[in-house]
Amino acid sequence: MNGYRRQDGRKGIRNHVVVAYLVECAHHVAREIATAWRQSGVQLIGFSGCYPNAYADRVMNRLCTHPNVGAVLLVSLGCESFPRQDLAETVRQSGRPVHTLVIQETGGTRATTAAGHAWVEQVLKQLNDTPQAELDVSELVVGTICGGSDATSGLTANPVIGKVFDWLVDQRATAIFEETNEMVGCEGHLAGRAMTPALAKELAAAVIKAEQYHRVLGHGSFAFGNADGGLTTQEEKSLGAYAKSGCRAVSGLLKPGELPPRGGLYLLDVVPDGEVRFGFPNISDNTEAADLMSCGAHLILFSTGRGSVVGSAIAPVIKVCANPETYRHLRDDMDIDAGRILEGRATLDEVAGELIDRLLSTAGGEPTASESLGHQEFLLTYKSFEPLGPHCLPAASGG
Amino acid sequence: MTIPTVRKPPGGRLLCLAPTDNVAVATAEFPIGEAAWLDDAQITMLDPIPLGHKVAVAPIAAGEKVYKYGCPIGTATRPIRVGQHVHVHNLKSDYFPTFTRAEPKTVEQESPT
Repeated sequence: MNGYRRQDGRKGIRNHVVVAYLVECAHHVAREIATAWRQSGVQLIGFSGCYPNAYADRVMNRLCTHPNVGAVLLVSLGCESFPRQDLAETVRQSGRPVHTLVIQETGGTRATTAAGHAWVEQVLKQLNDTPQAELDVSELVVGTICGGSDATSGLTANPVIGKVFDWLVDQRATAIFEETNEMVGCEGHLAGRAMTPALAKELAAAVIKAEQYHRVLGHGSFAFGNADGGLTTQEEKSLGAYAKSGCRAVSGLLKPGELPPRGGLYLLDVVPDGEVRFGFPNISDNTEAADLMSCGAHLILFSTGRGSVVGSAIAPVIKVCANPETYRHLRDDMDIDAGRILEGRATLDEVAGELIDRLLSTAGGEPTASESLGHQEFLLTYKSFEPLGPHCLPAASGG
Repeated sequence: MTIPTVRKPPGGRLLCLAPTDNVAVATAEFPIGEAAWLDDAQITMLDPIPLGHKVAVAPIAAGEKVYKYGCPIGTATRPIRVGQHVHVHNLKSDYFPTFTRAEPKTVEQESPT
């Protein structure tokens, strides 16, 4: 398969023009610009907050220079605190075409929308000349999320994704899992998979932090309905979600915006550091997608039982449906029917093989179900992080 | 009526998530006495097994770990025979206590020996 070659050496599996609003007040104008070109791969992202936030700033910088992005149009109201010139400079230095429209300077909604259309039209022509290069599986960065889970998620889709993660790690690709708040009870096992003793401590601490953070917010993990459904213990419930990580050794711990230095399996810690500040760490699945993409994820394996229909801007989402009833009911929205395992019509290994094929065809350019339906959800909220500890990342090469 | 032949049926109704597991998950509801195949072994249910619940597929001694997904999910609180239901009555978390409707208070966890 071929990828789009970027100046930093990374390769993209899509070549999107991204229109990014830098405050909610610029959202409408940005949407007016992007929507007209949605069939041409123009997508909308942005940050709604007017107050500055180092995390959001970092994520926006990563997303605007994501390998799946070929050009960026920034839409600013003018008086928000987002450092737009720094972001434009980051994009320019990455070799991508970039343009900033400031609504207050351009003459309002109508004039800015017209200027945006004109810029997008010419940049789309420019993107036709984006150089391509052979893309190896080992160059892929793949993230995973579960959303709209039910009792089947942990039995079919999540173990299938775990097997595909094992395969990716064996191919020296990069696989990233998160949801530390759903791993309570598994931290001992997780720590035992760390490449180094120092990393083991960091991994366990990340899960404990998530448990404490959610407890302050009044959300434990194990609920009464879980026991009715056959789950007996906290660790059993957590294993259902943890199964997505497969069973390979864990190479490192990431925080949003951190790029994995080499292939391997990584835990992404999405839970903010310090005291509980801005509310829930991830208010919905798409904020998790934003965090994964900020670490360079090219595509996302999304496990669902009840039937989430979302996709994502920038990174294609492959929907792995755990529940056979849901698959029959929401077929157009799903890519993989993992519920067949429950009905004895396929094994975990067979569905994992199918998912690998789908992953490769998606990386090769074939649209996923959510892409075909035009989904490009995006959400970014406030968070705060301390820098990664010194033992979290492996060396860039070797071992 | 045809004579039944002993072979693995196509629709496995027990799902074993890892080869080292000593429990499997029922993907259909089982009454007492019904048998199901798991690879080449026949498991006869000694308890009714509701959908999504666990059944022992290997003998488990009291104090032994119960494995699902190849990972320990807790410790057996009494001996469990092949075909018996594995749930809150015979399995205890090694982490922190399970909550149930019947017993809303936390169960004191014994100190590990």
